[in-house]
Amino acid sequence: MSDANKEALEPITGIESPVYLDYNFTAGQATARFLTKVKEGKLVGQRCPSCRNVYIPPRGACAACGVATNEEVELPHKATVQSFTIVYIPIPGNPIKPPYVIANLVVDGANISFLHLLSECKNEDVRIGMRVEAKWKDPSEWGFAMENIQYFAPIDEPDVPAEEIGRLKDA
Amino acid sequence: MAELAAVVGIGQTKYQTKHKDVSIAGLVRDAAFKALQDAELTWDDIDAVIVGKAPDMFEGMVMPELYLTDALGCNGKPMLRVHTAGSVGGSTAIVAASYVQSGMFKRILTVTYEKQSESNAMWALSNAQPFSPHLNAGAGGFFAPIIREYMRRTQASPEAGIKVAVKDRLHGARNPLAHLQLPNITMKEVEESPMLWEPLRFLESCPSSDGACALVISNEELAKQSPKKPAWIRGTAMRSEPTMYAGREEVSPRAGIDCAKDVYAQAGVTNPRKDFDCAEVYVPFSWYEPMWLENLGFAEKGEGWKMTLEGATSLDDNGDIPWNCSGGVLSSNPIGASGMIRFAEAARQVRGDAGDHQVDGAKLALGHAYGGGAQFFAMWVVGSEKA
Ligand SMILES: [Zn+2]
Repeated sequence: MSDANKEALEPITGIESPVYLDYNFTAGQATARFLTKVKEGKLVGQRCPSCRNVYIPPRGACAACGVATNEEVELPHKATVQSFTIVYIPIPGNPIKPPYVIANLVVDGANISFLHLLSECKNEDVRIGMRVEAKWKDPSEWGFAMENIQYFAPIDEPDVPAEEIGRLKDA
Repeated sequence: MAELAAVVGIGQTKYQTKHKDVSIAGLVRDAAFKALQDAELTWDDIDAVIVGKAPDMFEGMVMPELYLTDALGCNGKPMLRVHTAGSVGGSTAIVAASYVQSGMFKRILTVTYEKQSESNAMWALSNAQPFSPHLNAGAGGFFAPIIREYMRRTQASPEAGIKVAVKDRLHGARNPLAHLQLPNITMKEVEESPMLWEPLRFLESCPSSDGACALVISNEELAKQSPKKPAWIRGTAMRSEPTMYAGREEVSPRAGIDCAKDVYAQAGVTNPRKDFDCAEVYVPFSWYEPMWLENLGFAEKGEGWKMTLEGATSLDDNGDIPWNCSGGVLSSNPIGASGMIRFAEAARQVRGDAGDHQVDGAKLALGHAYGGGAQFFAMWVVGSEKA
């Protein structure tokens, strides 16, 4: 008996019934403002009135203090690698080939990291404290998304000591 | 607490890649029925049912507790569903214990499960949000950078993670219910397994499992009548914190430290390494053993990886404080149930009912679970004696 016939005789114990999920994202004031600025090629965070830490992307409140954040701070496009992982699994629908680097990045002047891709360097050269810069897509491709930045790439600046990454300067 | 509570019945399914023979309802009923059998009770003896389940998005079934009502015999009885991401198995047991301790119910059946073969956890954990690039990195991608930071701070030997991967699989080989059965696993095999999220290798990560775990928890009066030895609940604690905030300590979260302090104080534990006979701790990626050894106060800061390498947590090395004798999450991971399995296995140890992975004469054990971005913690201490 061929394998195909054998398979046909296997009792059916389940069928695939995929779930598709489309949803409208309600960003809220802070994130809507952030995304509006990202569409213009700018990175704008918010400072906590209580602990003075700067959040990017801002979510409208400081989760440490439990207070609303209103003061906007435009931040530069340079960042420091707080930590990272080298991923060996492909991203569905993304042309990037594994292994690639996903880094926790702290933009200069911010006190929290976000995830983004790191490229234009050897994976084995990536390290905690490394200085990087945003590489933006062509402005014609900009939308309301962090994907306006294609990836971050290394810059020729001295590493930041790990203990100082993301810390308030005067703290 | 007004009442003492104890675990009087434990039921677990076999953990495996696919339970093709049963639906989700069949899976939970299997565990529940085994827990009732273990306690020599019937459905009629149960006052309330408490179900725990990780995110609904995993299997794509919204509010599964509605559909599980009749499978769990709770027609006409109070039932409640708990959710705290990966720690849910632990928090569900604590909710059940709290209801008994409060005097509200005398005897509760509590069940948790996951059917990962009908689920896509990677997809469920990676839904697109415009303020973040869509990288689909899953749990491994989230925890790997935190592990890297632990390794940087402590200058840990890379062997520590590999050692945990081997040790927990050797423990799992003693437990017939464990999903992975790898009695001949070696350090070399783990080291040569494919890198997934560097520094995490395939064999340093948990499997995807189907399975369910159930407990019967009763008050003191009923526990005394129980045919088998009860596991007395000596302390329970939960803590949570936001996923992200400025200055958050991700390597050793504050919520974990506080939760441990609370539960130790209730149980009179002052030196966890000495006072406990064993612990079942949620370690889905090998490096979380040394990290939690420090977070939970079993090791000094920066020393957890040394304790692991020295074999202190290994049954096979005759360690003084074996961790995850059942094989742990690294050997079986039906996500929603994984926390309750830790709690149940801690109870099995102090009941002296842990088979080939029994720690001789175990009297006091810790059960631990964590979830979300290492932001939900649930712990209990169980003992062979009431106090
Ligand atoms: Zn603040």
